[in-house]
This record gives sequence, structure tokens and C-alpha cells, in this order.
Amino acid sequence: MEEIKNILEISHLVKSFGNHEVLKDIDFTVKKGDVISIIGASGSGKSTMLRCINLLEIPTGGSILYHGTDITNPKMKVATYREKVGMVFQNFNLFANLTVLDNCMVGPVKVAKKDKKEAEELAIKFLKKVGMEAYIHAKPKQLSGGQKQRVAIARALAMEPEVLLFDEPTSALDPQMVGEVLNVMGTLAEEGMTMLIVTHEMAFAKDISSHVIFMADGVIEEEGSSQEIFEKPKHEKTKAFLSRFRNL
Amino acid sequence: MISDMNFLQRIIYILQNYGMSYLKGAGTTLLIAIVSTVIGCIIGFAVGIVQTIPSDKTRDSLGKRFILKFFKIILRAYVEIFRGTPMIVQAVFIYFGLSQLFGIQLGMWKAAFLVVSINTGAYMAESVRGGIFSVDSGQMEGAKAIGMTHFQAMINVIIPQAFRNIIPQIGNNFIINIKDTSVLSIISIVDLFFVHKSVAGALYTYFESATIVMCIYLTMTLVASKLLSLWEKKLDGDDNYELVDMMDIGPQLKKERERK
Ligand SMILES: Nc1ncnc2c1ncn2[C@@H]1O[C@H](COP(=O)(O)OP(=O)(O)O)[C@@H](O)[C@H]1O
Ligand SMILES: [Mg+2]
Repeated sequence: MEEIKNILEISHLVKSFGNHEVLKDIDFTVKKGDVISIIGASGSGKSTMLRCINLLEIPTGGSILYHGTDITNPKMKVATYREKVGMVFQNFNLFANLTVLDNCMVGPVKVAKKDKKEAEELAIKFLKKVGMEAYIHAKPKQLSGGQKQRVAIARALAMEPEVLLFDEPTSALDPQMVGEVLNVMGTLAEEGMTMLIVTHEMAFAKDISSHVIFMADGVIEEEGSSQEIFEKPKHEKTKAFLSRFRNL
Repeated sequence: MISDMNFLQRIIYILQNYGMSYLKGAGTTLLIAIVSTVIGCIIGFAVGIVQTIPSDKTRDSLGKRFILKFFKIILRAYVEIFRGTPMIVQAVFIYFGLSQLFGIQLGMWKAAFLVVSINTGAYMAESVRGGIFSVDSGQMEGAKAIGMTHFQAMINVIIPQAFRNIIPQIGNNFIINIKDTSVLSIISIVDLFFVHKSVAGALYTYFESATIVMCIYLTMTLVASKLLSLWEKKLDGDDNYELVDMMDIGPQLKKERERK
């Protein structure tokens, strides 16, 4: 029974901004190798949930267990936890002052305290994986959106995280650049990377996910396997939401 | 006799007899301006960084939050006081205040560096704070997401970008300092303006001496502006980048490191 371990157990997660309750009693678990897509209308709380998992937002209530330890406990070292849970943002957030290579090396060197040579090898290994190794000397502002996002993925991978969180990684991209980023994510999924992906790319989500979560108004309205959600959704809200993506 | 000379002859006469004094005065002015701007920037960055430390209600202890708040208030007061009073008054206040209240004889040189530095520091603190806030908040989130602490993110990501943003203000402060060291003649610093006052007073050539001094100040500030804009260009780096052939990435990078 314990063969596949829970990396994350989220229970009764609540997040309010002032008296606006954005997340209400969220429960789910993330097992090693899971690829979980999180879908739902804009404003339903998807980003807030990912940001809570990475503690970029501090949850108002509930718990997030990471290998059994509650990381919402104020005594937890947040930075150490974040090393293991990487995040890829809609707006890339590449470090504007650093080259592509340094973007991927600064974490391993300054945070993981690896020596320069090892960090460089690591950075190049992951830049190769995302097909950006030729651009190591470029600055972020010199790259296209798709290239930036691939570098951002390499930067997250260079920390060798256990889980990667993606918050609409292709939403800021021109349509012709979406594919290159999704391809990289597909490869990661095949290799067994544990991922939580907030996305509006339904065909991609259907294809890649081991599990799908549909959120509406701060709650998990429905969840299940990719087939269950995309082919026979049970709840009205899920059906209504999915009917907007008829090209599935 | 100097009273028989025309304007140009007087200027030449002054330069022949007192040229070295003017140059020495200009040197003193530059020295104080450069050293104080550098120290002022260091102060400004330190203050700006402390002022932007976030205080976390749930994770920081009450003691830590109290100490932080205390320091922030002190620094706020420092900034307000030194931006809100004329440097000439600060110079007198510090020079004579230290000796009268604490018996510290600072000496005019130390007093000069001290006054201009902490004055610059107060202005730079505001610039640094603004520079830090002007960096896109996504940069801090990106840094945190790979496990950086607040300080690691500041040092590696935020401050370098803030620094680039405020170089124009550093330049401004430097130019202001070149001009404003003139008030230090109040504590007997022999800077360019002091030389002017002495020479002009001895020869009754106020206009001629002022002309010379104007030219010297203007030369210094123009050269300073030019150097600063060159520095900005250099920091912005090349607009182009080279694609790297990955077949031999290892050795290539190694060679580059060796060259550096
Ligand atoms: N920092 C914040 N302060 C106040 N309200 C916020 C904040 N962040 C998000 N919200 C609100 O929370 C709700 C959910 O937002 P979000 O998690 O971004 O939704 P989604 O990612 O699903 O579009 C929205 O109503 C939004 O206005
Ligand atoms: Mg969102």
C-alpha cells in the first residue's frame, strides 16, 4: 500500500483575502509521478491554490503536508521547502539582470550551495532538455516568449525539484509558441516528473493528465481521471465549462 | 598693476599666479565629492535595503518585528532630517556639535567627508527604496520559487536591477556634491570655492575669479556626466548575443572562464 508515496497532502485548505474567501475547503493529494491538471474558469482560485502550495500566499486555514510535515507551520523553513517544489509562472519571471545560463545556475549555486562546475553542468543539462542550450549568453529580454518559458522550466528543473507547479505556462504566449512549451512539458511528464498544471489548453490536459481537477468558485467541483472529466463529466458546472472547448 | 589690465589680462594674471591654487582647490572638491558619493551610496543601499525588509506577522517573533520596526523608524528620521535641512547648517551642527557635546574634535577633513556622505546617504536611501519598488514583483516571486531567502533574492536579483535603475540618480548626486562642497568653506575646507574667495578678496577680482571658477565647475560636472553615461552603456551590455555551438560547450565555456 505504501509503494507510491504521497508527496503532498492538502486538506481543508482555505485562503481569504480580507473577507473574500477565495479557496474554500480544498482537499487533494499528489503522489509521485502524478500529472494533475487544474482547470476552471478564470477567477475560480486556481492560481491562488498553486501559490498557496508554494507558500507564495500564506493559507488562512487547513494544512499542506509535505512528506507528512505540515509546511504551513510557521516554524517550517519556507525556502528549503520551495527548493523541492518548483514553480513556472505565466509571465516567466526570469531574472532580467542575468544571462540564460546564470538564470539556471544562480539557484544551484546560491541556494543549493553546489560548486560552480557542478551547477553549470546541471544548468546545461536542463537547457539542453528544453532546447535552449544555444542561448546561454542571451539575456531574457532578447528571447521570445516561448524561449523564455523554456528557460524558466530549465531554471526550475535545475533545482531538481520533486514537484513542479505550472500556472498557465502558455497563456502569455503567441499561439505559434504554445507548442514548443507544451512539448517540453509532455517530455517531462513521460519521464515521470510530478506536475501540477493550471491550463486552458484542454486538448493538452486531456492528453497528458493522470488526474484532472475542475475548480469553480474556490472549491473542487469535480475531479477524476482524464477520461472521467473530459468524456463523462458528472456535474453541470463541469459540463458547462467544458462545452466551451468543443474542439476536444 | 592689475587695476590697469583688461578682463582677459586679469584672468591670465590670476591663472599665472594662482593657477595651482585653483587646481588644488578643484582637486579637493573632486576628492570630497567622489569619496562622499561612494560612501553615501553604500549608506543609501544599506538604509534602503533595511527599509524594504518585509515583516511577517505569522512567522517572525514579536521581538524581531519590534527591533525591525525600531530600526525603520530611526532610519526614517535620519532620511527626513538630512533631506530636510541645508547641508551648510548640517556641517556647522556636526562639526561644532560633536566637539561641544561629546568633546570629539573631528577635524575639518573628517567632518567634511562625514557631512557630505551622510547627506548623500539620505538622498540615496530614498532613491534606492524607489529603485527596489520599481523592480517588477515577479522577480522576487521567481527568486522565492527557487528557494531563495529574502536576502538572497535582494543580493542576486533585486539590487542589481535597482542599481541599474538608479545610476542616473547616483550621477545626479555626484554632480550636486561637486557643487555643494562649496558650502564646506564654512568649516575652513580649502576647496575650489574657498580658493576663489581668497584670491578674489585679495585682488578685488570677483568677476574674473568667478569666471574661472565657473569654468572649472562646469568642466568637472560635464566630464562627470559623460563618464556616467558611458558607464550606463557599459552596464547595459551588448545588444547582441552569440549562439553557442553545443557540440563542444564544455571546453568553450572553460576557455571563456580562463580568459576572464
Ligand atoms: N492578492 C489578492 N488580493 C485580493 N484578491 C485576490 C488576490 N489574488 C487573487 N484574488 C482574488 O481571488 C480570486 C481567485 O483568483 P485566482 O486564484 O487568480 O483565480 P484563477 O487563477 O483561477 O483565475 C479572484 O476573485 C481574485 O480577484
Ligand atoms: Mg490564474
